[in-house]
Amino acid sequence: MTKTRQTDVAIIGGGPAGLAAAIAARKAGAKHVTILERSHELGGILQQCIHNGFGLHRFQEELTGPEYAYRFIPEVQKDPGIELYLNTMVLDLSSQQEITAIHPDFGLVKLQARATVLAMGCRERTRGALSIPGTRPAGVFTAGTAQRFVNIDGYMPGKKVVILGSGDIGLIMARRFTLEGAKVEAVVEIMPYPAGLARNIAQCLEDFDIPLYLSSTVTTIHGKDRVEGVTISQVDDKWQPIPGTGRYISCDTLLLSVGLIPENELSQAANIPLDAKTGGAIVDENRETLIPGIFACGNVLHVHDLVDYVSEEAEIAGEAATRYALSKADADAKANERDKGRKAQQVVIKPGENVRYVLPQRLTPGAEADLFLRVTQPMEAITLYLDGVMLARKRQVRPSEMLKIRLRPNHWENLRQNRGDLDGKEISLTAALQPTQPTRLEPETVRGARP
Amino acid sequence: MTIDGKTKGNNRKMTCITCPTGCQLEVRGGADGELEITGFQCRRGEEYARNEVLNPKRVLTTTVKVRNGVLPLLPVRTAKAIPKGLLERSMDTLADLEIQAPVRTGDVILANLLDTGIDVIASRDMEKVSNVG
Ligand SMILES: Cc1cc2nc3c(=O)[nH]c(=O)nc-3n(C[C@H](O)[C@H](O)[C@H](O)COP(=O)(O)OP(=O)(O)OC[C@H]3O[C@@H](n4cnc5c(N)ncnc54)[C@H](O)[C@@H]3O)c2cc1C
Ligand code: SF4
Repeated sequence: MTKTRQTDVAIIGGGPAGLAAAIAARKAGAKHVTILERSHELGGILQQCIHNGFGLHRFQEELTGPEYAYRFIPEVQKDPGIELYLNTMVLDLSSQQEITAIHPDFGLVKLQARATVLAMGCRERTRGALSIPGTRPAGVFTAGTAQRFVNIDGYMPGKKVVILGSGDIGLIMARRFTLEGAKVEAVVEIMPYPAGLARNIAQCLEDFDIPLYLSSTVTTIHGKDRVEGVTISQVDDKWQPIPGTGRYISCDTLLLSVGLIPENELSQAANIPLDAKTGGAIVDENRETLIPGIFACGNVLHVHDLVDYVSEEAEIAGEAATRYALSKADADAKANERDKGRKAQQVVIKPGENVRYVLPQRLTPGAEADLFLRVTQPMEAITLYLDGVMLARKRQVRPSEMLKIRLRPNHWENLRQNRGDLDGKEISLTAALQPTQPTRLEPETVRGARP
Repeated sequence: MTIDGKTKGNNRKMTCITCPTGCQLEVRGGADGELEITGFQCRRGEEYARNEVLNPKRVLTTTVKVRNGVLPLLPVRTAKAIPKGLLERSMDTLADLEIQAPVRTGDVILANLLDTGIDVIASRDMEKVSNVG
């Protein structure tokens, strides 16, 4: 039987979230921090994101993914208080924070943590593709897999490419394929607006005259052994293909960039309640899940478009996890009582009109915290209200951009004036359209490349 | 600022790519050759629009082959933005390059790319294969 090791703070995943959480935990006074990472190196998804665009908020510099990761990796490697397990896949996590992992040399590794930070990142959605009729030939990849092939393994999956979905990974790969000499025939997006950041539409598609078809989807994949082409069609406002709009595009590769989903098998193993909208755990301002002592940050919590916010969130989680771990020295029964009281007191925040999700979903009344949210559709100008209390105005908002608003003491004062005692209450965050400036959606259903 | 005849009277819409906010900019070339720029939320946007009309530039990120490295490819980038028109030729130049591990982040991989005065630098460390147990 393997011996169970003890640690103050266990961190599952060594991407940007895990790295920042580990450093923050040490700064907050954790004596022993353990990072468990299934890959052979630290850095997570950043190692394959060789494009620039990382770190503008945090470092006021535009770094590539690996460069951003190297702002953290040496500090973690040098720290004797951080124990690193690479090539180590975590298989199970219990709600009592027993961690079971497997390592090629040590075999099963068992770890008992006082606090745990989940930082497993996300994986790519492939479901959208399964509903495409036609054959199942070779040449269909997720955009992230293609990114790995091209940037790490040095293998080009094809020469004529169609990309389904306008998520950032797909846009970045459209440019990458083009620079490597392949022809990207089209990017096809089912929604009437792009899923990725506006800057990526500009610098990855418009720069190379790659056409973007909005309100359109791939309706058939052609080819027996290898992809030979696809049919794309326009869709109606219920996302159903419009008969007669089909159009054949010859290609040898179809990339899917249809979204990311938080990797939450372990969270489920530990019975951590998840938010159906984010796909990640329900957390409070400390990024603590509903299971006391287990925290979550980064893409496992909600899909981020900016790594800067991942690092920020991970620092909150790493620091809070350490506070929890160190306070656990009390008799356990007392700690459990305290945990219960703490959770019962929290306010629950629900997404209201025009808001897709808000994170954290729970707040201790009075907490000065940043709220992160996404809207449901592009809007020209909005005002954000928390239960009737005005928080902020924003311009040109898009679902692809996460918004951040600071909750300040005066907001809490106003909330208390309206609602009295807030403990345990439910309040909602709404985005009201500014009436003077109506919503503007893309007028055409199909938009070609810039003339 | 005065611009050449080509852009005079041209109206262009563009997305500022300087930061993730992605402001929608509009550039009007006035009859007197002045550029009228609107839509930016900060000065860098105004500068971007001006450069975009006069001399558009991009940072190039790609990979080069590595010999004896723990991985077959090294990610690299231009230290600064290069003229957009040179992207394709730069890719051709870098395709022929093969470098030796080990490499450190920031090492110059190719100096003075296509006489731009701008270097191509490594964007990660790459250990030699024998260094890794
Ligand atoms: C293609 C692409 C382009 C992007 N472009 C930008 C950009 O231009 N600018 C920007 O700021 N951000 C960008 N991002 C976003 C940013 O990279 C991510 O938000 C960030 O990497 C998320 O960090 P993370 O640590 O949560 O997840 P990850 O980086 O995915 O790290 C998770 C880690 O956990 C490990 N792991 C998972 N499960 C287990 C397990 N069971 N046991 C052990 N280890 C496990 C994984 O191996 C991985 O190393 C981009 C992302 C992608 C995919
Ligand atoms: S104008 Fe300023 S704020 Fe707007 S995208 Fe450009 S750099 Fe960012």
